[in-house]
Amino acid sequence: MPPGIVIIGTGQAGFQTAASLRTEGYQETITLIGEEPHIPYQRPPLSKGFALGKQDVDAVELRPAAFYQDHRIELLASAKVTEIERAEKQVKLASGTRVPYRTLVLAAGARNRKLPMKGAELDGVLYLRSLEEAIVVRDRLKDAREIVVIGGGFIGLELAAAAATLGKSVTVLEALPRLMSRAVAPVISEFFRELHTSHDVKVLCDCSVAEISGAGGRVKGVELRDGASYPADLVIVGVGVTPNVELAQAAGLCTANGVAVDEQLRTDDENIFAIGDCAEHPCIFADGRVRLESVQNAADQGQFVAAAITGHRGTYKALPWFWTDQFDVKLQMAGISHGHDRTVTRGNEESKKISVFYFKANHLLAIDSINRSLDHIIGRKLIAGRVPLTPEQAADESVDLKRLELAFRHQSGASTLDSI
Amino acid sequence: MPKVIYVSSAGDAREVEVPSGTTIMAAALKNGIDEIVAECGGVCMCSTCHVFVDPEFFDKLPPANDTEEAVLEIAAEERQPTSRLSCQIKMTDELSGIVVRLPSRQR
Repeated sequence: MPPGIVIIGTGQAGFQTAASLRTEGYQETITLIGEEPHIPYQRPPLSKGFALGKQDVDAVELRPAAFYQDHRIELLASAKVTEIERAEKQVKLASGTRVPYRTLVLAAGARNRKLPMKGAELDGVLYLRSLEEAIVVRDRLKDAREIVVIGGGFIGLELAAAAATLGKSVTVLEALPRLMSRAVAPVISEFFRELHTSHDVKVLCDCSVAEISGAGGRVKGVELRDGASYPADLVIVGVGVTPNVELAQAAGLCTANGVAVDEQLRTDDENIFAIGDCAEHPCIFADGRVRLESVQNAADQGQFVAAAITGHRGTYKALPWFWTDQFDVKLQMAGISHGHDRTVTRGNEESKKISVFYFKANHLLAIDSINRSLDHIIGRKLIAGRVPLTPEQAADESVDLKRLELAFRHQSGASTLDSI
Repeated sequence: MPKVIYVSSAGDAREVEVPSGTTIMAAALKNGIDEIVAECGGVCMCSTCHVFVDPEFFDKLPPANDTEEAVLEIAAEERQPTSRLSCQIKMTDELSGIVVRLPSRQR
């Protein structure tokens, strides 16, 4: 058999590449290699419904096991690639086995950043990324009483909401002055601070954690540099991730904040693509290169690479979008707001339905929506289609955004849907 | 057990038994109905589980909420009056025999 496609990583990006290759009619061998023991699963529910016990393992699997057999996708689970041998066009596994490739797709993901401090190794200090870890978090949450979450980003806040929903006493410690500050505008941060506070979650910003204290090997609390101390029988850490670039680096591929790829998601080796959380790509909706951690990015890049391998030409131009669910609120984000110089708000905060529009030099970059789904969806079309919209129009609820988008599309004869 | 009949864009019908409470999207994935993609996992963020519901059953469904209504706007195959997201339709005994037509593309 001639060498086929080897995909390193069984997350959303790796899965999507394999599935889309078959949809695109690819006939040769597909080998999907991952270190985790499970068949590919979704990560987003792990910090939401799964943590609450509403969804079981079965419900988070992307497809049942039979899917891989039915589509002749060879799934190597619990398998670690130790080396990419580019000259021979093969990958070497920890077992010593070598798998040859015609094209290699790196979808190696990222790993949690660990807290570099005293007490981080205590029993009861948990991280969440894998299903394995999610099972531990879910089970330990049941018996825990006082939970401290270190990190007020998406994962930390989703888990804080889950723990509070389960009736636990929850404290969130964030190092920066506001929640989710890398991703959203102050008005959104404030909305979520109030949301958590209204559910009796203690939210503290500008916190500098000094150490995690313990007794008898078990976690007991979190100590701040200012002397404050928060008791905890469970500490959950969500302080960001590090992309898995080591294999690529060792193989001499160009890396920066992720494996560097071009607008076709190819590395500097034309036979190797890199996608998903581990890759940094030139994004037409951002000012330069970005590395994104999201389902949308993983799925769209997987699909794009499958199409590229099967002969489609073109450049990657999917619009980034994200979401987070906390308590009964869904925050929907379209575009990349980084670099904005102005924000305007549509809707009013009292109604708990608002959208924030981010502009740079009067050009719309991104929209974050709370309980305003239509703004989010039309927003994707506005941004992807580069529809002219002034901040004044965005803030004015009497301006019908859907009509404005449609009118522009008719006038320009353009189709925006391809990149959404 | 309630039944769902999935009809491909080419007209092929597949009948699947679905436990009450399971969504038409989740049942499709479990049963190898590859025309349902379900990229976002069933949280109304993408439109890749779009189906056209047989008119006879459409009126029996609880109406779509604002989020679903919005997301149907970006369905790869343009929405029709009986379009729904299959992640939002939970099976019940009353819905047994429901026919859903699958679009020719979801992405």
